[in-house]
Amino acid sequence: MSELSVNHLLGIKYLNKKDIDLIFETADHFKEVINRPIKKVPSLRDITIANLFFENSTRTRLSFELAEKRLSADIINFSAASSSVKKGETLIDTVNNILSMKVDMVVMRHPNPGAGVFLAKHVEASIVNAGDGAHEHPTQALLDSYSIRERLGEVAGKKVVIVGDILHSRVALSNIFALKLQGAEVKVCGPKTLIPKYIEKLDVQVETDLRKALNWCDIANMLRIQNERMEISYFPSTREYTQQFGVNKKILDSLDKEVIIMHPGPINRGVEITSDVADSNHAIILDQVQNGVAVRMAVIYLLASKIKR
Amino acid sequence: MSQKLLLSAKEIDIILHRLACQLIENHTHFKDTVLIGIQPRGTFLADRIKQILVDDYQLENVKLGYLDITFYRDDFRRGEKPLEANTTHIDFAVEDKRIVFIDDVLYTGRSIRAALTAVQSFGRPQEIELLTLIDRRFSRHLPIQPNYRGRQVDAINQEKVKVLWIENEGEDAVYLVNK
Repeated sequence: MSELSVNHLLGIKYLNKKDIDLIFETADHFKEVINRPIKKVPSLRDITIANLFFENSTRTRLSFELAEKRLSADIINFSAASSSVKKGETLIDTVNNILSMKVDMVVMRHPNPGAGVFLAKHVEASIVNAGDGAHEHPTQALLDSYSIRERLGEVAGKKVVIVGDILHSRVALSNIFALKLQGAEVKVCGPKTLIPKYIEKLDVQVETDLRKALNWCDIANMLRIQNERMEISYFPSTREYTQQFGVNKKILDSLDKEVIIMHPGPINRGVEITSDVADSNHAIILDQVQNGVAVRMAVIYLLASKIKR
Repeated sequence: MSQKLLLSAKEIDIILHRLACQLIENHTHFKDTVLIGIQPRGTFLADRIKQILVDDYQLENVKLGYLDITFYRDDFRRGEKPLEANTTHIDFAVEDKRIVFIDDVLYTGRSIRAALTAVQSFGRPQEIELLTLIDRRFSRHLPIQPNYRGRQVDAINQEKVKVLWIENEGEDAVYLVNK
């Protein structure tokens, strides 16, 4: 078995196809492990991991924490809301203080794009980016591709449409990189105001008609409207957004093919998708969550195997 | 690099039949017994033993699983090469079962130590035995001994025992290789 070409997971941009294959093969083994009566292996018993969350998260933080615990790593959790960051400490100082407690790996979510890259240059630890602003969210993209691979056999040649707020979405960017790397075709769909100007440069097509996009694709990845990142109004009303870009049972039933529905969570039921779609057989949203633990175990395991004592 | 033939195909065949008979002596109908081949190299031996039990002794109900020990090893990040994981395939309960671990070479005993930990994830067996084709005595790091052994070999640490299987390498043979 080869090893990862990188010492940190800062973004899909820095990975190659072989890295992704290796992560998925390793995740297959961990998926078997987490379905055993005792869901834990002792591999990382000498590794300490700090989870630094400078931005809110439920799913990602729990998923990372669970992955780390299933690998027997020691973990410390940190969230900006209850820390000295509020007292004016810089990011490097915060992290160096934590590292002086002998931490080997840092999983970080941060509101600023490039925070992970910055940190990797300045501190001695393996860094995993758990989302940096509107830039990348690599583990989400990996688990999305892994879920597609699980459901459809492979990612290569599949048609994926990413629907919604592309502009503010780190999930969209990481997904585009990951899907392209694996040979999938990608379209983005949403209000023109929420689609970045130069997105075609990433070899991605823009479609503003949801029905056309759904008729074209095998998989639709539905994104949430990130109101918290919007300082101005990008569309007239939520109701109008839902009418044009919301997926409901009726529109899915009217297609002449079956489309798989994905969602990175949290879902705003009734906005981007309705409940009857989210809870239907079309949706693999809960598979994504389960696969998230296996994929994150694989990433952490493979990065940890590169730490030299 | 020189190599010496330790066991020929004929000798291996005789030994496998003897090991199968010894298993039958202790486990008769294999009602509560399960065989577990240790990944990656123990699985070939385990397949062969099962085949003999089924074909020659009509023991149709012998259960066989494979156990991967990669994530339980104690040399993670210590070796030069990254560890390669294999598939674990155990589709039966091990709770209260009599387990026979099967591996091709018993050397330091560390793999078996890892397997003992790994199998606990599947339940609490009644007992665990060990069957090995080659027992390299004098090179053990841990107090682990086989219950069934094919051949005892006195090899020094620079030497490597290589077990080849017809399914995988095109011949049945055991070589002592001088590195």
